Amino acid sequence: MNDARFECLLRLGDNALVLAQRLCAWIGHGPVMEEDMAQANVALDLIGQARLWLAYAGELEGRGRDEDALAYGRDAGAFRNVLLVEQPNGDYAQTIARQFLFDAWHHAELSALTASSDARIAAIAAKALKEVSYHLERSSDWMLRLGDGTAESHARLQAALERLWMYSGELFDADAHDATLVEQGIVPAPQSLRAGWLQQVGAVCTAATLTMPDADAWMQHGGRQGRHSEHLGYLLAEMQFLPRAYPGVQW
Amino acid sequence: MNARPTLEQVREWLAAVPDPEIPVVSVLDLGIVRELAWDGDILEVTVTPTYSGCPATEVIAADIRSALQARGLAAVHVATRLSPAWTTDWLSDAGREKLRAYGIAPPVGRAGEVHVPLSAIGRPRAPTQGVSCPRCGSHNTRETSRFGSTPCKALWRCADCGEPFDYFKCH
Repeated sequence: MNDARFECLLRLGDNALVLAQRLCAWIGHGPVMEEDMAQANVALDLIGQARLWLAYAGELEGRGRDEDALAYGRDAGAFRNVLLVEQPNGDYAQTIARQFLFDAWHHAELSALTASSDARIAAIAAKALKEVSYHLERSSDWMLRLGDGTAESHARLQAALERLWMYSGELFDADAHDATLVEQGIVPAPQSLRAGWLQQVGAVCTAATLTMPDADAWMQHGGRQGRHSEHLGYLLAEMQFLPRAYPGVQW
Repeated sequence: MNARPTLEQVREWLAAVPDPEIPVVSVLDLGIVRELAWDGDILEVTVTPTYSGCPATEVIAADIRSALQARGLAAVHVATRLSPAWTTDWLSDAGREKLRAYGIAPPVGRAGEVHVPLSAIGRPRAPTQGVSCPRCGSHNTRETSRFGSTPCKALWRCADCGEPFDYFKCH
């Protein structure tokens, strides 16, 4: 019974953790200092959220793994994040497009989770939602600025949107774990968030003079079941190196 | 061991425990101490984090324990409570004034009222009004970046005196 909840918490935690790790790679490389700081701050929010989700996952699992053990001790096949968040940073347009597509879903997901029948999930979601509202505002602002900016920024953002689009469908995939938890009122049905997400993404694309790709285009799947793109292994190699090379190290 | 101090006394002691990032405000000013209670001889201090990833959270718990231990309270348990989520609406008036004097503009408005509705996200919007420059008091200010040196702050600039300053975001 708890297997489904454990899986769901890994999905929530791993989405936040992997995206945070991606964003941290911008520190020292952002286009301007303010963007370095913004990426670091968004990443920090997400790491905090990942910690809350993974700590709960570890408690439910009952095998003595805390959030650090889950973050640093699992291989790629045991990660449950969606493929979207592990995609490379690319140029700034790709980083912004990835963030925006994720933020719009994350906002809808957390909003629904505030009504979860699991009180702890509802509490974490309510806290995270405040932070993610700000993330969505910021990534939407950048969609407008780059999309409705110069010909160069517009072309790059449109290309990024088209490149990442096939990873957006997985956000609304459902499997047996989802079915179990939906029945218990713990999580929303993933598909129930799709219409609102499409509307939100479409409205921002229109305002940004961008063309939203076809909603019914072919989509990639598998991250939520542990079937990842090659990118995740490299990301984890960097993220997990220290605690794996020096188990139990503290500083 | 002395007799148990009153909770009012404990509150006075906590009023002297500074936030590690912004030491002019205390943990009480921030509104993060949600409850004090005795469980037998153990003092239970319930704290709520500001932002999920705020690195000050663990330092705050340790500071609270050591400050109370210095007052002779050996058994202090700091518990975390997530719900209801922390809001800048809980910042004390004294805390807001201390922030201003320190050079950080305090939050404007109440968190519930400044929440941007989903339908307004991604559209051009009017900038936040009423943020006053902590140096000269002018309201002729504008946001230069959505984030500042910590998750709780944004970067602003005064158009009159030129001062760049941190604005404690309404959250």
